[in-house]
Amino acid sequence: MTTETTIYRKPKGNVFLQLQRRLAYLFLLFLAAICIFPFLILLVNASRSNAQIQVGFTLLPGKFFVTNFLNLVQDPNMTILRSLFNSVLVSSATAFFSTYFSAMTAFGIYMYRFKGRSFAFNFIMLVMMVPGQVSALGFIQMVTKMGLYDTFLPLIIPAIASPVVFFYMMQYMESVLPFEIVESARIDGANEFFTFNTIVLPILKPAIALQAIFSFVGSWNNYFMPALILSSKNKKTIPILIAQLRSADYMKFDLGKVYMLICLAIIPLLIVYLILSKQIIRGVTMGSVKG
Amino acid sequence: MTKTSRPQKKRLVDYSKWGYFFIAPFFIIYVIFSLIPLLSTFVYSFFESYRIGLQQVGPNFVGFANYKAVLESDFLKYTMNTLLLWILNFVPQILVSLVLAVWFTSSSLRLKGQPFFKTIIYMPNLIMASAFAMLFFALFSDKGPVNIILEGMDIEPIRFLTKISWTRALISIMNFLMWFGNTTILLMAGILGIDESLFEASRIDGASALQTFFKITMPLLMPIFIYVLITSMIGGIQMFDVPQILTNGSGNPNRTSMTLIMYLNRHLTSRNFGLGGAVSAFIFLMTSVLGFFTYRSLMSQYRKSPSRKS
Repeated sequence: MTTETTIYRKPKGNVFLQLQRRLAYLFLLFLAAICIFPFLILLVNASRSNAQIQVGFTLLPGKFFVTNFLNLVQDPNMTILRSLFNSVLVSSATAFFSTYFSAMTAFGIYMYRFKGRSFAFNFIMLVMMVPGQVSALGFIQMVTKMGLYDTFLPLIIPAIASPVVFFYMMQYMESVLPFEIVESARIDGANEFFTFNTIVLPILKPAIALQAIFSFVGSWNNYFMPALILSSKNKKTIPILIAQLRSADYMKFDLGKVYMLICLAIIPLLIVYLILSKQIIRGVTMGSVKG
Repeated sequence: MTKTSRPQKKRLVDYSKWGYFFIAPFFIIYVIFSLIPLLSTFVYSFFESYRIGLQQVGPNFVGFANYKAVLESDFLKYTMNTLLLWILNFVPQILVSLVLAVWFTSSSLRLKGQPFFKTIIYMPNLIMASAFAMLFFALFSDKGPVNIILEGMDIEPIRFLTKISWTRALISIMNFLMWFGNTTILLMAGILGIDESLFEASRIDGASALQTFFKITMPLLMPIFIYVLITSMIGGIQMFDVPQILTNGSGNPNRTSMTLIMYLNRHLTSRNFGLGGAVSAFIFLMTSVLGFFTYRSLMSQYRKSPSRKS
């Protein structure tokens, strides 16, 4: 590598370029520091006792990480383990439903030339940008009438219709899925749905894995809808607990516990992200839409 | 012999009907959980329907009275708040992202450690917004770490959340941190999509870096730039978690950081469905206008994409 770079490097006389490169590194380091700093304080303070946090600030971690965790878990008002379980359940189910059914929808439109095909495609593309919040009012009413208020189903089932995931799957299929594979399965006498599950889905695995992560994260972080749908104590998800913590009298709280709760909401996903960041970042450019 | 062989015979079987089977779940669920709720939200906006204590008033048909009431309320103020909070984060965001995207893709700079920097700057995007806001609330509370640091430097502590400009600044900083990595990556993909020979030609012609940026990069990046702009605006209209948690739903000081969705959320939690419906309709109108542009830009890029076969 080093020999390669020395061969191709431009003449050292270019002072301006050198200066610009130094400036770029400096600015990048500065931005990286800003991005990391809040999480650093979070981790440090989650490992310190309430008294330590209030007295002063340090970058050295304390010895109370486990104590804070146990205090938080045993707090009868927080039901933290239950909420963690709820969040994992809802997010996993959402990830499964959104990816499986989006792949199915995309396959239907990609593979078959049925009447209304282009209408279906245009319709999905058109509703992609309609935010869920604008139909929240009618949604809550409908969910209540169906007897699904304060259950997880209204947070999971609608993921079957995820236009963004659909669009990603559609683009992915166009680049990797030849019609011939499905046609040869037909010659072997396979049923179309069977072909989809056994031949098409495995080909889509990378796309499904990536979109499953994005769906999981989206659902894990979702606060607006769960806060309106879930009401009983043992149904709460993590973001609702955070909001509850915010509305409680903050200064009376054990701050070690506060930082620990934020930690539990953020750190597990952060670890997964750091392991898979390369694939995730590559996936951002394809079919990703801001929410 | 081969002409009469199986493929032709097989083609007589019409498989196209299977398409309906595959797209059915999406459309059934979309109609039940999105389309009908959207329409019923509009219907509610024409009715007087709210609660006083335990007593339910309405629903009574009132025509456009709810829309009038919304326009006469602080709705416009909240629209301006939302717009301001969006601009405050988007302008620095797009400037920084453009610079980073150009640097990352520059073949003369050849920056090292790109995977590391990309990983770090994209990281805040995956963070739970409500937890991130709670973290900022803790950090910038009256006796939080930031004030402790300020005190250490002999600077008077600041009560951040009682000051309009500080509250807005904090919300914008959080949104900036959460989105600039994402925007950088999208813009980078756009720049990498530009024909490399154009940059080479401009280099041979002796164009400066700035000239190359304004005469080649920017014009060719326009479609993606506009896509980023509009989707960010739609995201901005939906701004909720960060200001809601940071200000505990109050939008304080003096409701100067109350956003549109926070206002909608208020009507939803207080079960004022008439006004809530009207607010929803206004927000729907704003996002649909912007959404239509996104649709057009996505479709034109999609049709151009070389991987598309049919």
